[in-house]
Amino acid sequence: MGSNLNIQAVAYKTIVRKEVLRFSRIWKQTLIPPVITNILYFIIFGNLIGDRIGEIESFSYTDFIFPGLLLMSVITHSYTNTVSSLYISKYHRYIEELLVSPIQNYTILAGFITGGVIRGLSVGVVVILAAQFFVTFTVHNIFLMLVVIFLSSTLFSMCGFLNGLFANDWDDINVIPTFIMTPLTYLGGIFFSISMLPGIWQEIALINPILYLINALRFSMLGITDVSIMIAFSIILLFNIVLASLCLYFLNIGKGLRT
Amino acid sequence: MDSSALVINNLTKTYSNGLKALHGINLEIPHGDFFALLGPNGAGKSTTIGIITSLIKKTSGDIKIYGIDIDKDFVKAKTYIGLVPQEINFNTFEPISEIITNQAGYYGVTREVALPEAEKLLKKLNLWDKRDQYSRNLSGGMQRRLMVARALIHKPKLLILDEPTAGADVEVRRLMWDYLKFLNENGTTIILTTHYLEEAEHLCKNIAIIDDGKILENSSMKNFLSQLKNEKFILYTQEKVSKNLTLESRNLNIIDDHTIEVSISEDSDINSLIQDLSIKGIKVKSLKNKTSRLEELFMRLVDKNGK
Repeated sequence: MGSNLNIQAVAYKTIVRKEVLRFSRIWKQTLIPPVITNILYFIIFGNLIGDRIGEIESFSYTDFIFPGLLLMSVITHSYTNTVSSLYISKYHRYIEELLVSPIQNYTILAGFITGGVIRGLSVGVVVILAAQFFVTFTVHNIFLMLVVIFLSSTLFSMCGFLNGLFANDWDDINVIPTFIMTPLTYLGGIFFSISMLPGIWQEIALINPILYLINALRFSMLGITDVSIMIAFSIILLFNIVLASLCLYFLNIGKGLRT
Repeated sequence: MDSSALVINNLTKTYSNGLKALHGINLEIPHGDFFALLGPNGAGKSTTIGIITSLIKKTSGDIKIYGIDIDKDFVKAKTYIGLVPQEINFNTFEPISEIITNQAGYYGVTREVALPEAEKLLKKLNLWDKRDQYSRNLSGGMQRRLMVARALIHKPKLLILDEPTAGADVEVRRLMWDYLKFLNENGTTIILTTHYLEEAEHLCKNIAIIDDGKILENSSMKNFLSQLKNEKFILYTQEKVSKNLTLESRNLNIIDDHTIEVSISEDSDINSLIQDLSIKGIKVKSLKNKTSRLEELFMRLVDKNGK
């Protein structure tokens, strides 16, 4: 033991190690399914249906949907990792190991979020590797691509963390993915450009925050976007700040953790 | 270093459902003590422990661990505490050695430092052979010992045990008792809650009895036990005892042909009783307390509070 900073640094590394080991031990459940799902997307939507749709802004349909599919895999798994890890630790009460120790709330949050990000990025890597057989992998701006993937992953890890704090039973951890995340992701322009939507639906689509994530990533990879990159990037940053603040606030008041 | 391991001032807790669990309790536990915090179910023991270890938020009051106010420097205060909770609360899908070294990490102890320390602890608690097994495969007694090992990995000065031997068999309980005594003799302050009152009587130097969120008694174990004016003994005799057996100024209850129940007041002694029986031609083969002395006093105090 030692100074507070030293304690927090060791504790952070411990949480991250534990989180990574947790999802690595069950790699058949955590890393393989997104590869299979994405291969199915490439075959069905890309090759079979995509051939009939033709090119979008001079990219094949498979290439056009790939950034969205990649992002969907990353954010889904970032979210799932934190929500399941936090909720299971609450359910089996081993979250108390953290709560009784001298770990600051920001360290707990950082540890869980890093775990979610590492899982999200690991899934991203395996999806990119699998995609090599189906898409022409292009990068317009590698720095922007990495930043967008990273910030999207942190954003959804924090969403999962909040969900985990508020969850009181197993059903609660599925409510947000089922009723909010999945619809918003599918309506966020993975499979289409909003210019393909009729009239008012183009305006409505702009309310969806996931649209900005998908377009920011699509721009970083293909150089095309439906929205301003500055606005998209600002929204991603803003949501990250708001969610980090909310997570810390609820941790500080002990929501779902301390009675 | 402060001479008090724990100081609690006017601690209150009201849960969100309106239940008042603690009504302003005060406690001071000196460094090196082996302290029993006893009370019936729902008395406030676990709430008190939960607040000390920050699992439960207090409503008001102050807590100092070795002079450190938990509200002002909880990081430092918590490094002094080790907790063995009532319920099994580790990740049953993790190997035992991981559970221990992770806990060390949460206290700022690196894996390199924790690994040899974990080996010592697991060997001491007869768990070393199981170190690579998942904790779900351990027996109940082993799981209890694992929780003790986990609580000790960062070498806390104050060890809090919330019913550590609940459900453990006699052998495990004895092993735990010996180990806790060893820890206490080597400078660890221990707070114990237990429903096995003979455990508290056997191990603890000081005692507090809590009921309905209030401290009813707080004294040394010796002083507390001395309040017992009468002790009931069960005597097993060599010879057959007549149902009509009487002894002057003694209230005997003949249970069966070879068993007598008798009450000994503080101004009497067991030797004179054995002599009296010997005069009547009855030899005492063995004897025991009918209930533990602590249990007798505990029940009186709690019953009185209930009235």
